[in-house]
Amino acid sequence: MYKLILISLILFLNTTFANSLIKVDITRGNLDPLPIAVSPLHVDPKSENRENIKVKELGDKISKIIENNFRSTGLFNPLAKDAFVQKPDIAHLKPRFEDWRLIKAQALVTGKIIVKDEKLKVEFRLWDLTASKEMIALAFTTTPSNWRRVAHIISDKIYERLTGEDGYFDTRIIYVAESGPKDKRVKKLAIMDQDGANTKYLTLGNELVLTPRFNPANQLVTYLSYFRNLPRVYLLDIETGVQEVVGNFPGMTFAPRFSPDGKKIIMSFAKDGNSDIYTMDLESRVVERITDHSSIDTSPSYSPDGKYIAFNSDRSGLQQIYVMKSDGSNVKRVTFGNGLYGTPVWSPRGDLIAFTKVRKGRFYIGVMRVDGTGERLLTENFYQEAPSWSPNGRVLVFYRETKSGEKGEGFSAKLWSIDITGYNERKIKTETDASDPSWSSLLSK
Amino acid sequence: MKFKINLRTVILVLLASFALSACATQKKAGMEGDVYTGSETVKYLASGVPDRVFFATNKSSLTTKSRDTLRKQATYLRKNKNLNITIEGHADERGTREYNLALGERRANAAKDYLMTYGVSGNRISVISYGKEKPVNTASTPLAWSQNRRSVTVKVN
Repeated sequence: MYKLILISLILFLNTTFANSLIKVDITRGNLDPLPIAVSPLHVDPKSENRENIKVKELGDKISKIIENNFRSTGLFNPLAKDAFVQKPDIAHLKPRFEDWRLIKAQALVTGKIIVKDEKLKVEFRLWDLTASKEMIALAFTTTPSNWRRVAHIISDKIYERLTGEDGYFDTRIIYVAESGPKDKRVKKLAIMDQDGANTKYLTLGNELVLTPRFNPANQLVTYLSYFRNLPRVYLLDIETGVQEVVGNFPGMTFAPRFSPDGKKIIMSFAKDGNSDIYTMDLESRVVERITDHSSIDTSPSYSPDGKYIAFNSDRSGLQQIYVMKSDGSNVKRVTFGNGLYGTPVWSPRGDLIAFTKVRKGRFYIGVMRVDGTGERLLTENFYQEAPSWSPNGRVLVFYRETKSGEKGEGFSAKLWSIDITGYNERKIKTETDASDPSWSSLLSK
Repeated sequence: MKFKINLRTVILVLLASFALSACATQKKAGMEGDVYTGSETVKYLASGVPDRVFFATNKSSLTTKSRDTLRKQATYLRKNKNLNITIEGHADERGTREYNLALGERRANAAKDYLMTYGVSGNRISVISYGKEKPVNTASTPLAWSQNRRSVTVKVN
């Protein structure tokens, strides 16, 4: 459904990678965001109008999505358009740098689009206004219905050029959409673009569904469903809608995640009061038992090289995080701080593990090095858990529940994001209440 | 003499009122440690046979009172041989979702094992964990949480 006929990214002008050009440092909280002007993209008057898409407005809409993406990073400060001094088409050809500098912009984005023969052609440029130089010029072609993704792809390219890191805007988040009173919650799988647009519901809400997770290699999803009141791990292809139960376990399977190559599912299997960790190869269907311990072992997460698994266990008496080799050997406890630790999730960069910590009745989302040292708690609240990484390993999305009153009133669940710097905490807009978010890989890479 | 009696009466009255008030707060809280001991949410499989037992935070061990309840359930189930049951395990909202699913399963099995010890065949018992998904009391209070940390025996036929 999201098939992209694209993408031929053509570097059509030589880009200079001079050191003197502007660079945004994302490794610390940025209190001085870069002022950037995003000019509306010029719409070629020869463009053909399309059903459902007002082509004339597209240039403006795309620039607003780019601005919104930039603002959400906390690293950029998109400037108000009413102060812009040059028309989009002229600015795109050759901006008058001194005029843009006058409104205190340090970078400028310009572009143009044309819709013709069922195709949307886009080109855009990023200008360094201080050095009076072009930093990127790119062109690509896609289907007109993909116009929102055009904005995200442009955002990613500019983010990459200015920060030196991969972007994360052309991505989606799968989550559980919640509605109804607290004791009769209706839960559906839902998917949306990273910025909250294009929400689609993937299940009807007839059965309880929990913890959807993306395959890092493709558009498959694994999740827990109570279909026929049997809690089992399922696999869902979001392109075709085909679902299947994972394996043939005589009991509850839960806490699923994919291996980094997307070929295995790792999960917990509970039997006779004991939960252990298993993997199943999706092709051969071979099931392997990874842990064998009388305690609860759950929430497994692979390191991005596939060599290690982080998980939580109460084998010490209380819930703590452990790391082992992917064959189950060499189990080492890595959390020793005061409190309980759960939901370890390995960063896609491999350098950190994100977790939920519970201490004195408060819930924290934090990160630590993979050996458990260097713990940093990013945010504290009444209840929050289940962090999921942006594909570049810079942002975490998680869910937060509010305290409810005597009759359950005032209860809500929402998605939030925070940078691993601990700055830039934001609520993510969703159509309904939401929990258990999972962030996809970049859709076009 | 008179004075002495008065003093004694005063002391007795004081002691009695202390005992009463202590009793009242205990009743009101309905908890021992953080295990629920009241009957507000309890239903009955039959007269005098409560359907549920309660647990301490992060624990799945059975209290003396829970064992007493489960023995009553076992007696009832031994008398009604055609009855099958599902034991639902639950957790409160103060834990991570996945750990709570495992904890609910462990609690349900603790109840199942005890029923089996008292002569109920394992074939008649299925278990399911709902983790924190189905609270019986929706308030965010220690009392509500104690009522939600439970395993419930449900007749299936």
